[in-house]
Amino acid sequence: MNQNLPNSFRSGPDERGHFGIFGGRFVAETLMPLILDLEKAYADAKADPAFQAEMNVYLKDYVGRPSPLYFAERLTEHLGGAKIYLKREELNHTGSHKVNNVLGQIMVARRMGKKRIIAETGAGQHGVATATLCARFGLECVVYMGAVDVERQQPNVIRMEMLGAKVVPVQSGARTLKDAMNDALRDWVTNVHNTFYCIGTVAGPHPYPMMVRDFQSIIGHETRTQMQEAEGRLPDSLIACIGGGSNAMGLFHPFLDDPSVEIFGVEAAGHGLTQLHAASLAGGRPGVLHGNRTYLLMDADGQIEEAHSISAGLDYPGIGPEHAWLHETGRVKYLSATDEEALAAFQLLSRLEGIIPALESAHAIAKLSELAPQRPKDHLMVVNLSGRGDKDVPQVGDILKARQK
Amino acid sequence: MTTRIDARFAELKQQGRSAFVTFVMAGDPDAKTSLDILKALPKAGADVIEIGMPFTDPMADGPSIQAAGLRALKGGMTLRKTLAMVRDFRKEDNATPIVLMGYYNPIYIYGVDSFLADAKTAGVDGLIIVDLPPEEDTELCIPAMKAGLNFIRLATPTTDDKRLPAVLANTSGFVYYVSITGITGAAAADSTAVAEAVARIKRHTKLPVCVGFGIRTPETARAIAESANGAVVGTAIVDAVRANLDAEGRATPKTVSAVADLVSALAQGVRGAKQAAE
Repeated sequence: MNQNLPNSFRSGPDERGHFGIFGGRFVAETLMPLILDLEKAYADAKADPAFQAEMNVYLKDYVGRPSPLYFAERLTEHLGGAKIYLKREELNHTGSHKVNNVLGQIMVARRMGKKRIIAETGAGQHGVATATLCARFGLECVVYMGAVDVERQQPNVIRMEMLGAKVVPVQSGARTLKDAMNDALRDWVTNVHNTFYCIGTVAGPHPYPMMVRDFQSIIGHETRTQMQEAEGRLPDSLIACIGGGSNAMGLFHPFLDDPSVEIFGVEAAGHGLTQLHAASLAGGRPGVLHGNRTYLLMDADGQIEEAHSISAGLDYPGIGPEHAWLHETGRVKYLSATDEEALAAFQLLSRLEGIIPALESAHAIAKLSELAPQRPKDHLMVVNLSGRGDKDVPQVGDILKARQK
Repeated sequence: MTTRIDARFAELKQQGRSAFVTFVMAGDPDAKTSLDILKALPKAGADVIEIGMPFTDPMADGPSIQAAGLRALKGGMTLRKTLAMVRDFRKEDNATPIVLMGYYNPIYIYGVDSFLADAKTAGVDGLIIVDLPPEEDTELCIPAMKAGLNFIRLATPTTDDKRLPAVLANTSGFVYYVSITGITGAAAADSTAVAEAVARIKRHTKLPVCVGFGIRTPETARAIAESANGAVVGTAIVDAVRANLDAEGRATPKTVSAVADLVSALAQGVRGAKQAAE
């Protein structure tokens, strides 16, 4: 662990977008002026009470916030340890936490006068949220999605198209999230004059990691208030899954300076950490990709490796830079769950609580199933149920059916 | 300190003509063919050579250069081998400037200090790193200057007068003006708009200004070379490599000669330009 711990874990990034050595602005010159404009537009918006007031109206009446903090009684009994609460982000309009960030960014884009929105998507949750808000505000929407993901997340592709978005299947590289982000960046560099890039996670060049975190932090702020109301105190531990890490950062950030709160992030271990996986902290090292320095999966020559996860939303060889920093400072403990563990957790939550989780969120449930039994009954554990599993029903159904044969 | 780049532009200025800058991908489709192409370039009329360092995720490149990089990586190319290629080239040619162009991660992983030392020893003169804007100068630009390498910055249509001084501050060798907002190999550059942009940049710097992105034909190269100190061609050359591979993507007996023929034609275009404006 780092010997020189900061006074606060919540003060980053610095003015150049760094969290320790991580973060930064590693982009082509064409994009740099726009990124500086965005930084300024976001700072102005943040300081404008009218911006927050307008956001609050949409968060309440359009997204449906606050999302409930639900005591999972049967899951708690089943695991026989900590008292488990689910933060129900899957109940948001569009079915995941992604909408919190998209709403914020679309409002910033409108302030900047941008009429064309582009986004990358893995599982399609961010793409659906972006398509939804573009429909609501009458903006053109183009979503880049790896061709492999287009295949395994068909329901979300259909949803995006129904909402009026154009979905571009990306054929380069491994044809998953990383490649979708490359092509979105190529579009942005080409159409920089009228286009706003709505990044779906706490990654990319500064100010994105900070801005997305700020918009997602509503998850943690609500959790604090709701736990206070339910139990009269702070939770003892938090768990969330991590691809880029936006749902996790949203839940964690308001609690980073509460030392009594243990925090766990769960990466996707795919087939296992010695085989194909998507756990950048467990299996990667610091490098530079997609505008920021962070932990990446790569070979000895610095070439980026292809990630693997059953969950399209976690299938990315990097992680947000603030997570990389929280990992190195030791404030957050990062674990990983395999495809198999996530599948088992997917079924467990469906059967015990009547809630079908997204495969992404099932990774958090999987580690919860290990951690909760080791904790006393008065230990309050919150897991971020970041998305609902409707989109995964065909894929999981096929896998389970194939196994019955 | 004078580099081969400074010397070459001084020489061209005396001759009263603009530079023809060629881009090839290191290791495309294999290390040997790539070295043969490299050696053929000066004879075919290249004044400055940019060598692409292959990277899996070239976010500013179009399909042609993406594919060239992937062919090179598939053929086992690494940054170490790219430097070895420059060393081999230098055994026969100690005058043609070599600029390595690519993305930061492979250099960061190699280690900035050892990379700069090895590049200098190999005979590299300058670096163009697409994802290192002036905001990140402490990463590689400043150390490169200290190591005696030129750090050549990209200026773009979005780099306005307010920002230009920051972009030019630590630039040396030449300025690379990206003629379009977009990726390599995209739309053709409009020579009138380019001439205006070059004039604008020249109000801020005494460095030579070379123009790239969107130049594919001898005619465009000539038009660009009339206002700029150099015209850069990349995608068209990389496409000529690809068009002369066999069905399995391997080099054929005509790969090197076909590339050399194209480069000769383009070089004639550049040499046909009226003297570049000062």
